[in-house]
Amino acid sequence: MSATPDLLYSDTEDELRSALRGLLTDRCDPAAVIARTETGEPHDPALWKALAADMGLAGLLIPEDLGGQGATHREVAVVLEELGRAIAPVPYLTSAVIATETLLAGDTTKGGVAAGLLAELAAGRRVAVLALPWTTAPGGAPYAGVEQRDGQLHGRVTGVADALAADVLLVPADGLLYAVETAAEGVAVTAQTALDLTRPTAVVELTGAPARPLTGDPAATRLALDKGLSAGAGLLASEQLGLADWCLTETVRHTRERNQFNRPVGSFQALKHRMAELWLEVVNSRAAARNAADVLATGGDERALAASLAQSYCAPVAVRVAEEALQLHGGIGMTWEHPVHLYLKRAKSDSLALGSAGRHRELIADLVDLPAP
Amino acid sequence: MTDATELRTRTREFLAEHPPASTPREEFLRARFDAGLAWVHYPQGLGGLGVPRALQAVVDAELEAAGAPDNDPRRIGIGLGMAAPTILAFGTDEQKQRLLRPLWTGDEVWCQLFSEPGAGSDLAALATRAIPASDGSGDWIVNGQKVWTSNAHNARWAILIARTDPDLPKHRGISYFLCDMTDPGVEVRPLRQITGEAEFNEVFLTDVRIPDAMRLGGIGDGWKVAQTTLMNERVAIGGSRIPREGGMIASTAALWRERPDLRTHDLHQRLLELWVEAEVARLTGERLRQQLVAGQPGPEGSGMKLGFARLNQRISGLEVELLGEEGLLYDDWTLRRPEIVDFTGREAGYRYLRSKGNSIEGGTSEVLLNIVAERVLGLPSEPRTDKDVAWKDLAR
Repeated sequence: MSATPDLLYSDTEDELRSALRGLLTDRCDPAAVIARTETGEPHDPALWKALAADMGLAGLLIPEDLGGQGATHREVAVVLEELGRAIAPVPYLTSAVIATETLLAGDTTKGGVAAGLLAELAAGRRVAVLALPWTTAPGGAPYAGVEQRDGQLHGRVTGVADALAADVLLVPADGLLYAVETAAEGVAVTAQTALDLTRPTAVVELTGAPARPLTGDPAATRLALDKGLSAGAGLLASEQLGLADWCLTETVRHTRERNQFNRPVGSFQALKHRMAELWLEVVNSRAAARNAADVLATGGDERALAASLAQSYCAPVAVRVAEEALQLHGGIGMTWEHPVHLYLKRAKSDSLALGSAGRHRELIADLVDLPAP
Repeated sequence: MTDATELRTRTREFLAEHPPASTPREEFLRARFDAGLAWVHYPQGLGGLGVPRALQAVVDAELEAAGAPDNDPRRIGIGLGMAAPTILAFGTDEQKQRLLRPLWTGDEVWCQLFSEPGAGSDLAALATRAIPASDGSGDWIVNGQKVWTSNAHNARWAILIARTDPDLPKHRGISYFLCDMTDPGVEVRPLRQITGEAEFNEVFLTDVRIPDAMRLGGIGDGWKVAQTTLMNERVAIGGSRIPREGGMIASTAALWRERPDLRTHDLHQRLLELWVEAEVARLTGERLRQQLVAGQPGPEGSGMKLGFARLNQRISGLEVELLGEEGLLYDDWTLRRPEIVDFTGREAGYRYLRSKGNSIEGGTSEVLLNIVAERVLGLPSEPRTDKDVAWKDLAR
């Protein structure tokens, strides 16, 4: 086992959290998020500009010599906790984490395609997403939906999260990874009616799309995709933690204020025990998510284990806390007006994203020598 | 003296004067106490040096490296963890001088006479009575029954709470005593558990005489004094770093690896789920430890025992199933009296049965959930019907 991970938050991380929470309180209130989901533009470009470009958060993982902030997964995890709390409709996990990490794992030589793209991502000028179904787990079989003919891509990928917000798609095809501009001829991105209103999916159709290769061989492609997806799975846990934390905090607040039978409903043991149980799970989620963030940051040999551990624990907890939050809010929790449904929809979709808890447990079985029968 | 270097030097000098290899254990421990190296955060003259508790690690590391004997802390945990801090906080100078040294060296073992058959989670409802002796001696005469008393059969002393005024509401009529377990009115009977062994005792108190000098804290202040004891009981967990697969999961994971013949898909799924939960619980404990080291204790500690109890029960239950036909067997039903209890010891059947107690002992899971809900989350308490009623008028 490698060195013991640092599971606490540093002072810098606390400062980052408080700055971002301030921004989100002003710019991302739940009523506005609900209203936006009913428009044709589910993502919030102004909010994205504020946090990606103005605060420089899109470039946290990108080294300074490539135009980024040269921070680590630990700071990114704190950003994701806050974005999860606010259910913010921005492509941070998809672009600033998964696509970025995928690009960083490839050839980042100055003047190359990836280096140029990373500089633009770091500056918050462009958004890139990995053109794979959102359910794709790290370590899976190569994706076979797209093929390359004469330097152009043909094929169809469904369930691509945040594709509607993307300027660039990172498309695996025939063992290589390509960059495709969404504005190019032969590229169509069509919204799906998604369960998750704040991180909707889309269908990507490529009919002779112009593409620039990012990797040179299938092994490098595999490595880059695994690195991106694994970091995504490990850091999604922090988003799930933030989401669960919001749900529990709001539920405690509601049940303290809501009176029935001449007393606050939160005074009934039947309810307060349920909230105490959720608190225990949120506390555990925090340890698992911090562990993943620190292990990803320090680059130890247990990255895959830490990511799968965090995802297999935090995903079901986020669903359970969101479901309990809805129930403990009573009738108001079932309304479109109350934001708890946004959290439930996100939590449930996230439990499928980047590999289900069960899939990650299978990955763990291999990593810790607990083989299937 | 507050400096680690100075303390290290002092410990080395002590070791030079009392070489562990040639000094009898009892003599070594008494000398260590007198040198202030027993518990360095205690005052000088009482086994300590009045320095921060964290510095104990410096002393312990030196002693361990020198192969020095310890005071077998697991055997005398109630004395060290519960009696001692309470005596330190509320005791008279005479009580501290007389009791703390043999407590720490293990010459005198302590037990705890708190729970009663009619007062478990609602400890403050206890019915053991202490009344002033009619001979004018100022002594107290104690009658009642206590239960779940570990080590009563080995103990020289007990911390005891008893009711001194039944006309007051239950929390206000209690006083705290230090009870001599050799008094002829103390009868200790083993209490056999579902595991077959008897870790605990029932203790019957019949006209037990306690001098007023052995009262701890004021008359009627017993509940407040007992809070110090109980707080220290819950603080005791979570000190050391635990390795991966360090707890109840160890034997189950090992069994899975050693016995491919036992594997099924259903058991595999459940094992993985519990492995993940055990590893995450370990990380939560590690995070709590890091918070304590950084001097930022969080509320996370309140939940550790809840999670630990549930996990132990689920893992040991799975282990019995995993064993297949061997799961039908039990290692030994003989009534034994273990001095040290190891939740993860013995065979799977024992672990399964013993872990059932984890959600009852030291605060039931239901009470701990109330504590988390009310003190951590700030949820309002249930309406209380017992607060302002005289103890003698309560339903029982």
